Amino acid sequence: MNLSKILKNGFLILIASLILTACATKKTTTGQMQGDVYTGTDSIEYLASGVPDRVFFATNETVLTTASRETLRKQAAWLRKNSDINVVLEGHADERGTREFNLALGERRANSAKDYLMTYGISSDRISVLSYGKERPVDSGSNPLAWSKNRRSVTVKAN
Amino acid sequence: MLFRYLFILLIIFPIKVFALIEVDITRGNLSPLPVAVSPLSIDDSSKENFKKILKKENLGSEISLIVENNLRQSGLFNPLDKNAFLQKPDIANLKPRFEDWNLIKAQALVTGKVTFVDEKLRVEFRLWDILAGKEMMALAFTTVPSNWRRVGHIITDKVYERLTGEKGYFDTRIIYVSEEGPKTNRIKKLAIMDQDGFNNKFLTLGNELVLTPRFSPTNQMVTYLSYFRNLPRVYLLDIETGMQEVVGDFPGMTFAPRFSPDGKKIIMSFAKDGNSDIYTMDLENRIVERITNHPSIDTSPSYSPDGKYITFNSDRSGYQQIYVMESNGKNVKRISFGNGLYGTPVWSPRGDLIAFTKLHKGKFYIGVMRTDGSGERLLTENFYQEAPSWSPNGRVLIFYRETKTNSNGEGFSAKLWSIDLTGYNEKMVETETDASDPSWSSLLTN
Repeated sequence: MNLSKILKNGFLILIASLILTACATKKTTTGQMQGDVYTGTDSIEYLASGVPDRVFFATNETVLTTASRETLRKQAAWLRKNSDINVVLEGHADERGTREFNLALGERRANSAKDYLMTYGISSDRISVLSYGKERPVDSGSNPLAWSKNRRSVTVKAN
Repeated sequence: MLFRYLFILLIIFPIKVFALIEVDITRGNLSPLPVAVSPLSIDDSSKENFKKILKKENLGSEISLIVENNLRQSGLFNPLDKNAFLQKPDIANLKPRFEDWNLIKAQALVTGKVTFVDEKLRVEFRLWDILAGKEMMALAFTTVPSNWRRVGHIITDKVYERLTGEKGYFDTRIIYVSEEGPKTNRIKKLAIMDQDGFNNKFLTLGNELVLTPRFSPTNQMVTYLSYFRNLPRVYLLDIETGMQEVVGDFPGMTFAPRFSPDGKKIIMSFAKDGNSDIYTMDLENRIVERITNHPSIDTSPSYSPDGKYITFNSDRSGYQQIYVMESNGKNVKRISFGNGLYGTPVWSPRGDLIAFTKLHKGKFYIGVMRTDGSGERLLTENFYQEAPSWSPNGRVLIFYRETKTNSNGEGFSAKLWSIDLTGYNEKMVETETDASDPSWSSLLTN
C-alpha cells in the first residue's frame, strides 16, 4: 500500500514537472512576447522597406510601447517623404472581450497611434481611423500568442 | 404592421376556477409539471383544405406539436407521450374523461379543434385541470392559414400564463447575426427567426459587416451597426419594407445602439479621437443629445423599462465596470464591485434586474444583479460568452457562446444559448448557421 502511494505521488510529481518543463519550453521557444505584448514579426507587413505597418498592445491597454513608438516614427518619416499618401489606422482588439467594448478599445488604440504620428508632423487630414474591435483577427488561435498578435493598430494606405 | 393579418377573436372568456395546479417558477425546473397536449381534432374536409394550402398532412397534430415543444423547452413542463393518451382528440375536446388523464399522471390537459372556415384557419382550444376536473380556459382564434405556427405559439402563451401566472414568451422572434466563413474574415448577415428557430430569414446579404441588431419596442424596426462603405455607423432597418437609413450624421463611428422603451429615441455610443461617449438621437426631430462626457470608454447603454434610468459600461474606474445614471446623464453610480470585469449590462423588462457579462480569471459568465448592484448571481460559466438579451417576460436570457480555436485553427463555433433566470434549463438554440448577438422581440400580440 505504501509502495503504491509512493509510486502514485512520484507519478504526480513526474507529471507536474513535465507540465512545468512544457510551460518553460513554450515561453523560451516562442520568445515572441514581452509581458503580453507581441514582439514577433511574422504577422507584420511593410509599408516600404524597413517601415513595419503595425504596432501591438498589452491586454486592455492603449499605451504605445517603446517598440511601437519606434515603428510609428518610421511610419511618420515615410509619410513625410510621401506626402501624397493618406492612411487609415485600423484598430483591433483580441477575442477576450465583449464586442461593444472592443469596438471602443480598437478606436482608442488606433487613435493613440494617430496622436503619435501627429506629434511627428503628420497632419490629421491624412489620417483616418477605423475600429474593427474583435471582428478581424489576424491569427484565429485561442491562445495568448494569437491574442497578442490581434491587439494591434495597422496602418493601411488609403489611396 | 407586419402582423396585421392576425385577427384574434375571443369567443369564450376564461372562466375563473379554483385551480389546484400551479407551476412554481421561483424554484426552477426541478419538477416540471406533467401536461398532456392532445392533438387538435380536425375534420376531414378541413384536413384536405389545409393539406392543399400548407402541405401539412394533419394541421391539428402539427399545431399541438408546436405547443408541446414550446412547453418542453421552457423547462417548466413535462409534456407526456401521446402514445399513452386514451381519449380521441375530438371527444377529449368536448369533455375529457378526467380519470383517463389522471391515470397517465397528467395534471393539465390541452385540447382543441381546427377548422377551415371562409379560407381562414379557425382554432379553438381548451385547458383542463385534471385534478379538479374542470375547464380552466377556452379560447378561439381566426387567422390566415399561413399563420399556423404563430397560433401554436399563442396557445402556448395562454397556457403558460394561465398555469404560471406570468406572461409567456413564445409568440416572439429573435433577431441575430448569422456567421459564416473563416474566423479571420467572417461573413455576417442580419437574420430573424421565430423564437423556436423556425421561419428563418436573412435581412442583409453579407456584403458588409453587421453587428448588434436590436428590436424596437413594437418589433417593426431594428437598429444595428453596419460597416457599409467601411464607415461603421448605427443604422435603422424597417423589417417590413426593408428600408435602411443611417442614424444621425456623426463624424465618426457610432455603435452599441438600442431603442428607448417608448421607441422614440436611439441610444448609442459615438467614438471620436479615442473617446467613446453615450448619445441619444430623437427619431422624429433628429435632435442629438450628449448623455455622458468623460474621457473614458462609455458604451453598451440600456434603458430601464420606465425610461428613467440608463445602465452602461465604462472603464472610468480603470477597468470595465457597470454604471447606472439618470436618463439625462446625471447621478452616475458604479454598481458592479465584484472581482473581474463587467460588460454588456441590459435592463430586465421587469425592471428589477440587470443582466451582464463578466470576465474573471479567463472565464466568461452571464449573470444578473439588482439595479443597485446587490445580489449578484452568476448563471453560467464558459470559455467565451456574452451579450445577454431578455425574453419579454424577464424569465429567460438568450446570449451567444464561442468555442476555442485549437492550434490547427479548428474548433471555432458561435452559437446561441438560452438559460432560465434561475440558472436551470441551459440549452443551445438551433440556428441554420453559426450565430451571435441575439436580441429577443417583445410579444407579437398581447
